[in-house]
Amino acid sequence: MTTTPTIESSLTHLAVDTADLARLHRRLEDAAERDGVLDIAYTTVATPVGDLLLAATTDGLLRVAFDCEGHDAVLAALAEQVSPRVLRSPARLEPVVREVEEYFAGHRTGFDLRLDLRLARGFRRSVLAHLREVAYGATTTYAALAAAAGSPRAVRAAGSACATNPLPVVVPCHRVLRSDGHVGQYLGGVQAKERLLALERGAA
Amino acid sequence: MGPMKPFEQVVADHGATVLRVCRALLPPADADDAWSETFLSALAAYPRLDATASVEGWLVTIARRKAIDQLRARSRQPVPVAELPEDDGRPEPGEARPDLWAAVRALPTRQREAVAYHYLGGLPHTETAAVTGTTAAATRRAAADGIRNLRRTLGGDATTRQEREA
Repeated sequence: MTTTPTIESSLTHLAVDTADLARLHRRLEDAAERDGVLDIAYTTVATPVGDLLLAATTDGLLRVAFDCEGHDAVLAALAEQVSPRVLRSPARLEPVVREVEEYFAGHRTGFDLRLDLRLARGFRRSVLAHLREVAYGATTTYAALAAAAGSPRAVRAAGSACATNPLPVVVPCHRVLRSDGHVGQYLGGVQAKERLLALERGAA
Repeated sequence: MGPMKPFEQVVADHGATVLRVCRALLPPADADDAWSETFLSALAAYPRLDATASVEGWLVTIARRKAIDQLRARSRQPVPVAELPEDDGRPEPGEARPDLWAAVRALPTRQREAVAYHYLGGLPHTETAAVTGTTAAATRRAAADGIRNLRRTLGGDATTRQEREA
């Protein structure tokens, strides 16, 4: 028992191909980059600590986010805080993806990338600057980090600077441990932190 | 004022609809260009969009302007929504109903627009009226005339091939 659909419902169901939309999306990415209207480009990369979201402005890498942060929520926050002109556009992130993959393969001990640190301000930003000096495979403590950033008593503030690090993995907050030797919290989860530390000990 | 969604979400939500509208107004290759131009312009202007505005209506308005630009470029005459150029012979991409697409594109301009924006773009007649600068009543009438014409063109049978074979 087939009923003949009306012209109206046939029109409503005229389909377009997802492959066509994907092709047009890529064209939009290129044109937006060329015209300078793509404020934030992003992509994701699969790693041993889950899919990482990578987002960049034209100034540099803006945000690295773990799965557990909710990539959609992170993108929504970036649209609010920085600009809503956000597109999935892997081309801008190609060098970042390459270096992240090399890092997780154990072939890279430092990141050679331009960073856009606008999401971190004041003391937090100076903590991140000092974090970048903690070498691959080494660790430090929140207390030592606070002292290095010029405020020895601001241990909790140093901890929250790590907890709100917009660029985890690349800015190595996973190398900061508690003074009592415990591994401490991590925004990607304690397991991810242990995994990164093991990788850098050459034991991954 | 609600927060603005990342533009990627706008493309995901409305990309298919805008492509349907473009294909109703233009042959396939030109429709692709109009879609690209539409979303590029929309991305550039997005931060200034009134948060209470209908995103769909805004995009269809831009798409209509881009379609008119395409047709003008073709005809090199400044006539608003000029007659359609000949089909460029490319196979219809993602095609299920070539007859229906072709029939829509063959409608007179006002009927084509009314049908495209309402049935393919999902806009209420009031919004179509705002987009095209006429009244809701005129738009509703044009859409009804368009549907009647389509029914005549397609022999009153809108059944899909799959359904006929079923």
